[in-house]
Amino acid sequence: MDITGSTTGQLLKAMQSGSVSAVDVTQAYLDEISADGETIGAFLTVNSEGALAVATEVDRKRSRGEPLGRLAGLPVAVKDNICTKGLATTCASRMLENFVPPYDAHVTTQLLNADAVIIGKANLDEFAMGSSTENSALKVTRNPWDTDCTPGGSSGGSAAAVAARLAPLGVGSDTGGSIRQPASFCGVVGLKPTYGRVSRYGLIAFASSLDQIGSFATDVTGAALLLETLAGHDNRDSTSVDRPVPNYSATLEQPLTGLRVGVVSEFFGEGIDADVDTSVKAAIDVYRSLGAEVSEVSLPHTKYAVATYYLIACSEASSNLARYDGVHYGHRAEQFENMIDMYAASRAEGFGAEVKRRIMLGVFALSEGYSDQYYLKSLKVRRLIRNDFDLVFENVDVLAGPTCPTPAFRIGELVDDPLKMYLSDICTISANLAGIPGVSIPAGFSSDGLPIGMQLLAAPFEEETLLRAARMYERETDWHRKRPSLG
Amino acid sequence: MLSPEDVQKVATLARLKLSTEELQQVSRQLDGILDYVAVLNEVDVSNVEPMAHVADVANAFREDEVRASLPREESLSNAPKTDGKYFLVPQILETA
Repeated sequence: MDITGSTTGQLLKAMQSGSVSAVDVTQAYLDEISADGETIGAFLTVNSEGALAVATEVDRKRSRGEPLGRLAGLPVAVKDNICTKGLATTCASRMLENFVPPYDAHVTTQLLNADAVIIGKANLDEFAMGSSTENSALKVTRNPWDTDCTPGGSSGGSAAAVAARLAPLGVGSDTGGSIRQPASFCGVVGLKPTYGRVSRYGLIAFASSLDQIGSFATDVTGAALLLETLAGHDNRDSTSVDRPVPNYSATLEQPLTGLRVGVVSEFFGEGIDADVDTSVKAAIDVYRSLGAEVSEVSLPHTKYAVATYYLIACSEASSNLARYDGVHYGHRAEQFENMIDMYAASRAEGFGAEVKRRIMLGVFALSEGYSDQYYLKSLKVRRLIRNDFDLVFENVDVLAGPTCPTPAFRIGELVDDPLKMYLSDICTISANLAGIPGVSIPAGFSSDGLPIGMQLLAAPFEEETLLRAARMYERETDWHRKRPSLG
Repeated sequence: MLSPEDVQKVATLARLKLSTEELQQVSRQLDGILDYVAVLNEVDVSNVEPMAHVADVANAFREDEVRASLPREESLSNAPKTDGKYFLVPQILETA
């Protein structure tokens, strides 16, 4: 059996039937990771020993006929801003380079309870701030389809790991597109659930009103299966919503009759790459051919989303990152004059350029004399953005468009132009401001052979509709079966 | 345009010790970003309530009861400086 070429469904079936063991599966992925060396460089920590121990335990339980969780024996790449007890969690920052969490994030516990195998901690932009993973202070991650390109970000390591078949599943976090954009760049499925669907307890906070944890897989089935495991109420995150988690995988294969698809005209605006435009329009035609009712819709406040997002996200980040004081954990400077200077020197040494830039913007936007003009204003525009979505979801079930205006950009291409980098998130950012779920699914390739993603969005807590609609398209195409040729 | 003094004030509030070079660079980039976010001035927000977050929950209350917390040793396990009992910080109060 070609283990690493298999989908999550095939792997589960093979392990259940006994044709391969969980140890075989984990070892096959660990072998791929060591064969990769640093070519893709998806992981900051490879959990070889821990992963094999869990896989061994899964095999033991199976041999004794004990009940097993829904992800039994499946390796998962976990973004390194999610706490794993006893396993380094760095946020790809010098600040937390030596941080070993004394507790598990809620989603880590959920994975372990489902008998999943945490195979490693995946690279990211420092503190999840970025769209290319280039802001990692610890490592470069490359796009498996073209190693001169970025994998996107900030969950670039998780996306690249799944695309390069270094893990069948990945967990990421999405604050402004950090799951969907790298999924698009790497040609995999990336799902950001509704705000409140997954507990963020143990996710190292970036922008708390926007952050949400979600899943990566090579196909929609895998992403749905992983969401079932991650989702659910947890009273340690006060924004975690107490409502039942549907059995997404049970309904996935049922096509939606009378599906209404809205095409967001603003997402096909200025700056969209011609190949992206063509591929996504062709993908929308697939829905037409399946009998869906396709109509053009407008989200008139889209042009304000990026500005709104950066003010809100940076304001929240400046507050969240105030905790890095060199006292309780994290980096402490060696040289300082007094207590205040110790804070300032430790933070200056521990944080990278983008993190400092965002803290500065946030502190400024919240400062006396400016907070009404910037922070408060952005919160009001945020409501208008949400209202746009509420209005269109009265008439359509899902929205369709490109995940990103372009395919993956080259490493170094945008690194000196933060504003241009921010604008690459134009299609994904509104979903975080509105708190709605979204998914990026493979929908073609550019003339240079780089993946193109289609984004689908749905109303709050309509993940089931979203996933079924995504699966309808996936069944008709084979983009998700394409694999990058490496080495 | 932000003056160098403005940017230094923000850095002080943010507890970030930035070099002159960094201050100049951040100042330039913040100017660019602030120019860009000025696009929000076009939007009429009169009578619009601010939306701090979208969750359909207000306060999440729980019973006020004693529960287990991290043992001291684990709480201190990542401390940059500790004596095994406390987090150690530089002296704050001047000696008389």
